[in-house]
Amino acid sequence: MAVLNSETVQRRLEETYRDESRRVLATLIRLIGDFELAEEALHEAFAAALKQWPEEGIPDSPRAWLVSTGRFKAIDVIRRRRRHESAVDEIARELDEGGGDPADWADDRVGDDHLRLVFTCCHPSLSMDARVALTLREVCGLTTEEIASAFLSSSATLAQRIVRAKKKIRSAGIPYQVPGRRDLPERLDGVLPVIYLVFNEGYSASSGETLVRADLSREAIRLGRLLNQLLPNPEVQGLLALMLLNESRRRARTDDTGDLVLLEDQDRTLWDRQMIAEGVELVESALRSRGFGPYALQAAIAAIHAEAPSAAETDWTEIVGLYGVLRRLAPSPVIELNRAVAVAMRDGPAAGLELVEAILENGELGDYHLAHAARADLLRRMERYGEAEAAYRRAMELAQQGPEKKFLQKRLDQLQL
Amino acid sequence: MKYLCLVYSDEDRLHSQPDSPGDSECQAYAESVAGSGRMLAAEALQPVDTATTVRMRGGEMTITDGPFAETKEQLAGFYLVDAHNLDEALEIAADIPAARVGSVEVRPVRELQV
Repeated sequence: MAVLNSETVQRRLEETYRDESRRVLATLIRLIGDFELAEEALHEAFAAALKQWPEEGIPDSPRAWLVSTGRFKAIDVIRRRRRHESAVDEIARELDEGGGDPADWADDRVGDDHLRLVFTCCHPSLSMDARVALTLREVCGLTTEEIASAFLSSSATLAQRIVRAKKKIRSAGIPYQVPGRRDLPERLDGVLPVIYLVFNEGYSASSGETLVRADLSREAIRLGRLLNQLLPNPEVQGLLALMLLNESRRRARTDDTGDLVLLEDQDRTLWDRQMIAEGVELVESALRSRGFGPYALQAAIAAIHAEAPSAAETDWTEIVGLYGVLRRLAPSPVIELNRAVAVAMRDGPAAGLELVEAILENGELGDYHLAHAARADLLRRMERYGEAEAAYRRAMELAQQGPEKKFLQKRLDQLQL
Repeated sequence: MKYLCLVYSDEDRLHSQPDSPGDSECQAYAESVAGSGRMLAAEALQPVDTATTVRMRGGEMTITDGPFAETKEQLAGFYLVDAHNLDEALEIAADIPAARVGSVEVRPVRELQV
């Protein structure tokens, strides 16, 4: 190991922190069995690296070095606390004796640790809010401030949410393990919505927070890749594909002034072909296997859009069919609405309008702005402009986000020309 | 870790649903948990109209009839188990026959700090 100048070491250390710190943390949590202590040990290990690497050189396996150092730091901390808490004594002894083979810390088993961490942070006994915050903090390594700003919440609220979640993990005995075969499908159902929620939080970006929010989508895709790598499963593939296919349209979704552009009006040359190719391959693989579900089906629909040269040349029959399967598998009024819009593209606006009005009469989507916007759009295409205007106004009243309100206003202005 | 699995159910419906378990099934499940070595205690309870509530206030004891609070679902029984972690406790709770008609709240036991 050559002695290096401190700048090189510093750069290498930063890279290591970015690429490895979450995996090192995951392994430390397994070895130490305590979130806070593992985090403390992680920071101490990096502090030690900052001091020792310039003098002693960069170790062959930085990850194994950090795990090993972190483990010793944790033992120190536990020994220091010994007089105050008798229970930690046992942990220290176990750690000292049964730390395992250091060779393990550099290889594939670390991936398992990372996966364990995901399942712990997304345990169904934690609220969805807590799962999202904890996953972003512990698995993705975002700071509390970054998470707070992405969710338009205060740092204090976020910090408290994370502290409470960690306390519940400890006092309720939420295990640090990948669930067994029997529970896996149900437990994955707890993990996938967390990732999709993080993705959507970054995807329906309103201007202003665009930067941080796009980061959220990237983090969600990174998590999806990690999960897919560690636990290949049709719904994991489906979710990753769905995120990639949506993300591929990011640059085309807004115009230069930040206004929303509808799918049918988007400049398809702006779509990211590489992401689409990856997404399509994942969808195909998911649909080939048994046990695909709502995520793979939604991804399949996104894939048809992604491969169509224009809105008019889209295979709407196939899309209507996929929505039909989707609504049997996961019935929801929003899926009914999307299906109605696809029917309108296939059979004309009158057929779609009939379905949309039936859905609105059912009541559940009465306050959903997109239902009224869809109805308005169909009426406009049928040249029933007076009714279209009223429906756009209703949609405007219900819309929450700036860009969506602006888009609806533009449609209203066009009607009045 | 010790966990208390509290079995709640609407008493009027507990024994009259198509999925309602009979006593022999409940007994058999309790024995299987005991056989796995994770059972500390388990009992079924008489209906809440047999309950008596006691309070001590300022050294005075008051006794009232009925449960401490009226609820839609009532405590119908409990399992006190010793499990490695929450997942294991949830697994035991999920297979309690009455979970098919009621719900089971799983609570970790707090060790007293003495």
